[in-house]
Amino acid sequence: MTETLLKVEGLVKHFPILAGVFQRQVGVVHAVDGITFDVRKGETFGLVGESGCGKSTAGRTILQLYRPTAGNVFFDGIDLVKLKGEELRRLRRRMQMIFQDPYASLNPRMSVGEILAEPLVVHEVAKGQEIRERVDELLNIVRLSPGFAARYPHEFSGGQRQRIGVARALALEPEFIVCDEPISALDVSIQAQVINLLEDLQSQFNLAYLFIAHDLSVVRHISQRVAVMYLGLLVEMAERNELYSHPLHPYTQALLSAVPIPDPFKEEKRQRIILEGDVPSPVNPPSGCHFRTRCPLAEKICAEREPEWREVAPNHWVACHLV
Amino acid sequence: MNSQNGRPLILKVEDLVTRFNTPEGVVHAVNGVSFELHEGETIGVVGESGCGKSVTMHSILQLIPRPPGKIIRGRALFHDEDLIHLAPEEIRHVRGAQIGMIFQDPMTSLNPVITIGKQVAEPLMLHLGMNKADAQKRVIELLELVGISQAENRIGQYPHQFSGGMRQRVMIAMALACNPQILIADEPTTALDVTIQAQIVELVKKLRDELGMAVIWITHDLGIVAGLAQRVLVMYAGFIIEESLVKELYINPQHPYTLGLLRSLPRLDSNEHQRLTTIPGLPPILMNEPKGCPFSPRCPYRFERCAENPPLLEIEVGHRAACWWNVQEGKPRND
Repeated sequence: MTETLLKVEGLVKHFPILAGVFQRQVGVVHAVDGITFDVRKGETFGLVGESGCGKSTAGRTILQLYRPTAGNVFFDGIDLVKLKGEELRRLRRRMQMIFQDPYASLNPRMSVGEILAEPLVVHEVAKGQEIRERVDELLNIVRLSPGFAARYPHEFSGGQRQRIGVARALALEPEFIVCDEPISALDVSIQAQVINLLEDLQSQFNLAYLFIAHDLSVVRHISQRVAVMYLGLLVEMAERNELYSHPLHPYTQALLSAVPIPDPFKEEKRQRIILEGDVPSPVNPPSGCHFRTRCPLAEKICAEREPEWREVAPNHWVACHLV
Repeated sequence: MNSQNGRPLILKVEDLVTRFNTPEGVVHAVNGVSFELHEGETIGVVGESGCGKSVTMHSILQLIPRPPGKIIRGRALFHDEDLIHLAPEEIRHVRGAQIGMIFQDPMTSLNPVITIGKQVAEPLMLHLGMNKADAQKRVIELLELVGISQAENRIGQYPHQFSGGMRQRVMIAMALACNPQILIADEPTTALDVTIQAQIVELVKKLRDELGMAVIWITHDLGIVAGLAQRVLVMYAGFIIEESLVKELYINPQHPYTLGLLRSLPRLDSNEHQRLTTIPGLPPILMNEPKGCPFSPRCPYRFERCAENPPLLEIEVGHRAACWWNVQEGKPRND
């Protein structure tokens, strides 16, 4: 088995809700409520869930862009939660992030060359001519013409901008990249181009990805292992084919049955599990199992006790009383 | 062909051309679109952003802002009336009463300072001439029809008190208020989560079957169309480039763009990891006058003939594609 690169243990991120003149804390948003998983070197770990489930907060908290409320994040054996200032900054070189919105994540007043040079300058890894060479090399890696360095973000299409975002993330030769919905803002015919690029870069540079997305088809395609998140918690985690072929948690089952398949013959025969209602507010998550208010199978115990996160088959984890 | 499985024709769009005059130049948004819709039929209109799928439907209902938009030519016959040339008060009556419409973003389509009850009652009072009490009774029925529980208590609430999925249900209730013959759905589930999307798709299917209305569902998602539509129009650069019965389209796609789209999708139902096939290049720029086949710059099958823009050529009954090349047999098509 390959070596573990990232180990997330009991990660919690709560945001205070402040109100009134004195900004008193009146409540807490339970964005991430205690999640545990690891990412191996060179692997793609998919984290799926619907909007508001906490998957993006989890990604940012892992990179210490938000400091966690509780829990530990070990990167190559070092606990990031305990690091501060310069020590953390030095480690940050090795972990990067690609954002969803290629329009909002690039500074419109900087040329592409300046955008790509910035991390090199900030981390003092290159100077002068070296920087220009590295910028050309980065553009080449993401299959953009070196001539683009002098242009500005608004001159590019969504797919090209996302390539620039990828090039920036690669500038410091990281080992780990959090990809936060990297293709969901792109057109269908462009999505495949970016997915293939991410796969090529992974094998070229032995990158590990934490791939955060709501699109279950894309996550199945790109990941080796997948975890499903609901209202701040992981509900299930397994190898890709195991999770998609034998989903055990009622939420995973409903989620998979809701995804349309581009095949009219299969669609004709499919039985959908239609969940009632909406996701509850993370300010007041339900007692016991967070999913019980929408679960078609919920019993009395589900309201009384939080289900244990346990390994029900080798490498197949699930949090449900009824499994 | 004036019937689909014997169903009478309800809408016939002919050679629609819509352009926008912008400071940067003329945008050729819709370039000669023709299609038919039959009673009770569901068609899916598929394409990527900027392909003209929304502008086509908005043009038909006179919903494009004019200026900068301009309908250069074309007709949209609804029964025997040409919708494109109706007077403003007449088209308003068609829009509210006979053709209902739902949009992608239910938050911006609802008025935030008017209660849900009043907003749903408006078309009833305006088009059907109901009084307040009757309208309110009907509003409660409609909200229950679209699956909003405790409708009596919720009619006094405002849009912000509803979740995204619930707002889309309210929009559907408004669109259905006057028993329309056609429902036009413009990416109504794109902003919603997949479990909520499944709720809305199932709801529209159920209502369509119960009420017998025709549906035009605009989307970029080939998955939704597979389970919902009987017939599909694929659009690219303001043209319909393929038109087919739904099953035929997925088994036997005839346009290289349709083929490319289907092959580029990651599949939920595939155990094997296969590298995705990509469509190279970028979506078309609509600033230029269309010349030749609009897909040819990205097309792997391009040959000399593509300098001339192909019309929709009949492959077999009900299946047409705008391409000179027979992708299935690997040779030029006889026209």
